[in-house]
Amino acid sequence: MTLVSFWFAVIAVVWTGFFILEGFDFGVGLLHAAAGRDEAGKRAAINTIGPLWDGNEVWLIVAGAAMFAAFPGWYATMFSGFYLALVLLLGALMARGISFEYRGKRDSAAWRNTWSGLMITGSVLVPVLTGVALGDLLHGLPIDASHEYTGSFWTLLQPYGIFTGVTLLVICVTHGATFLALKTTGPVRDRAVAIARRSAPVTALAVLAFALWTHAIAGKGLLINPVEIIAVLAVLAASWLVYAGLEGWAFAATTLAMATVVLSIFSELYPRVMVSSTSPANNLTIHNVASGSYSLKVMTVVVVIFLPVVLAYTAWTYYVFRRRLSDKDFVRPQSTAPQQQAHQQAH
Amino acid sequence: MTLDLARWQFALTSINHFFFVPVTIGLAFLTAILQTAWHRSAKPEYLRLTRFFGTLLVINVAVGVVTGLVQEFEFGMNWSNYSRLVGDIFGAPLAMEGLVAFFLESTFLGLWIFGWDRLSRRVHLLAIWMVALGTVLSAAFIMAANSWMQHPVGYVISKATGKPQLNDIWAVLTNPVFLWGYLHVLLASLVTASGVMLAVSAWQLRRAGGFTRQAGDEVPQAAQDERTAIFGFSLRLSLVVLVPAIILTLFVGSELGVIEARYQPMKIAAAEAQWTTCQPCSFSLFQIGGGNNDHTPTQIIQIPHLLSLLATNSWNGKVIGLTPLQRQYVKKYGPGDYVPNVFIQYWAMRVMAYIATLVFLLGIWGLWLMRRKTIARARWFLFAATWAVILPFAMNTAGWLLTESGRQPWIVQGLQLTRQGVSPSVTFSDVVISMVAFGLLYTALGVLDAVLMIRYSRKEIAPVPAAAGTDEHGGTRVPSMLY
Repeated sequence: MTLVSFWFAVIAVVWTGFFILEGFDFGVGLLHAAAGRDEAGKRAAINTIGPLWDGNEVWLIVAGAAMFAAFPGWYATMFSGFYLALVLLLGALMARGISFEYRGKRDSAAWRNTWSGLMITGSVLVPVLTGVALGDLLHGLPIDASHEYTGSFWTLLQPYGIFTGVTLLVICVTHGATFLALKTTGPVRDRAVAIARRSAPVTALAVLAFALWTHAIAGKGLLINPVEIIAVLAVLAASWLVYAGLEGWAFAATTLAMATVVLSIFSELYPRVMVSSTSPANNLTIHNVASGSYSLKVMTVVVVIFLPVVLAYTAWTYYVFRRRLSDKDFVRPQSTAPQQQAHQQAH
Repeated sequence: MTLDLARWQFALTSINHFFFVPVTIGLAFLTAILQTAWHRSAKPEYLRLTRFFGTLLVINVAVGVVTGLVQEFEFGMNWSNYSRLVGDIFGAPLAMEGLVAFFLESTFLGLWIFGWDRLSRRVHLLAIWMVALGTVLSAAFIMAANSWMQHPVGYVISKATGKPQLNDIWAVLTNPVFLWGYLHVLLASLVTASGVMLAVSAWQLRRAGGFTRQAGDEVPQAAQDERTAIFGFSLRLSLVVLVPAIILTLFVGSELGVIEARYQPMKIAAAEAQWTTCQPCSFSLFQIGGGNNDHTPTQIIQIPHLLSLLATNSWNGKVIGLTPLQRQYVKKYGPGDYVPNVFIQYWAMRVMAYIATLVFLLGIWGLWLMRRKTIARARWFLFAATWAVILPFAMNTAGWLLTESGRQPWIVQGLQLTRQGVSPSVTFSDVVISMVAFGLLYTALGVLDAVLMIRYSRKEIAPVPAAAGTDEHGGTRVPSMLY
């Protein structure tokens, strides 16, 4: 494997990591009101991802920075081309990130409801927008010979891209619901299971359609990409496991489904990174947008050393916070619940 | 127009981002110190302070993280030609920052906030130190990247592409502009965060001392004394950090000036509005007029030899003026105007240095009161210390203006002009829309952050959690700070 191919793989893996990890916290973010219902339940839901979401979001930052470092031409064309979509994405990421931190910082229903609303909006928009972006890479966009994007904001919204966004959103819903079912007890868990049972078949249909459409877009004839087959099998397995009540396995299946859906885009893309609908000669490929080999070698050393370290302490964090949460832990008035003391003031 | 707007956008978003960054860097360190004090002494007041200032840290980090996200995206969005040209070198430290620093900072902050009752006390203490380490590492990588724009090193121009390519990562990581600039930023961060801690403690002491009491606000004397004792400690801690930090900031900053004078002579000449070459060179405290079209401003109160000292470290050092430098640059890079905005340079330098001096004097005043043991009742000092919280932020902003505006018209010194770096495919209306969107978002974030910071700074400090009990390690069981 050449150095540039290796870095394409690293970027595909980082995007996949982002969608697997942040995927369930998008799901929890957008489901926290539905699954939590009352304030105690909502807080229980949010706190399942409390210690995790910020680290999960770093995967997105690393994905962007790795594209910048390894394939500057890709980063430059994509980020300037997707300009207004990225403004929207940044707004959604900001609203979502702040909502976790600030929601509980004032004891007022209006305050909390506002942040809950922003949390849900942000958690819906981010996977949809990033999904549209990934879909666009494969579908192709008007790109000229000097690798400049020549379309407008509306050109980005072609059907395949939108459907990719929708597919990722519904996977996030199911993935988040199976995560919540795994991480809570009591009524929150019951509602999460009920949501997963309703969303899993829808997700299965969406992934099936996505796999067929992706195969058609890639235009490789009868040669079926095994990653897409695994995606379809994983999502069917998830539906069955959700109904069978095997929470751990169901979450594993939604994880695999998420991973293979993202990887199917990257595997069809390779060795291109952005398809030009203007002319195949204008395609951005790993060869015409890559950094020099010295730079890639330096970063390879860094990635080989630090990615395992990151994975190790991330795994340890998940182990530390393995306990299921119950809405009973979050019942007000605060004086009866020891966990609340942190926020309680002496007045 | 698109160029100007893109520049304004980068300036405003990065200045805004840097309100939160130094507080995060410094406060993570100070919180770690407080928690270490608790760990060693088991005194409950240290635990209470750890949680009090830790809450302020968390409020602040949230905004720092999301505004940092914008920074990372902006290079590609508004400056795609720049990204395309220098991604090979500039991208590497950015990617390392994410992988090495951001993961560490975010993951361990989660562990710290939610892990009070899940981790042993020792591991939990390690978590806050890891957060502090993450912030310091992240600053290292981004400063290495920024310093490369000031003084590009460790690259060759590729024969195949005509673009700069990294060929020596150690040169990038040992760039003298980076080493001194990084130290300067770390020290300024300590100044900022200890300034925040000082202001909060001072406000609390004024409250406890009854200086700001409102009618009907009766609190038992014992509670007042307790508050005085607790915040008296954080006040002293902040002063003990602040004074050495500001002294070192000044010294390191002056050394950085010497290095910049070597690699970016325009920056330093413009900071003194020095159009003609001088030897020895004096430093003016103020000037009337000045700017790029007024080469003979009225200089007020000249201090002989000071500019020579600041720019060259020698009593009689020579500083080449802007006019001869401009002639040299035209010869080297072709026709064009290579003089940065002299008005901004001159005043940014002075605002930064004068504010630093004010902070230093305030610190000395505080130390003197500490020695006399009257600081908790020193009405005027506490008042001044509360309001002085804005000083470090103004100082930092002026410092960044000096550095970044002084690099103009270059985006990368000697390699690419700022106007060549802008995105060709981005239209004027795109930038207007993003400017309005970011303007609204940042205003909302700024107001929210300020409101919450003030609100939580003014809260009475929470007692050691009552239902605590003992954990399996024999220590106090401290509940987590849940959402």
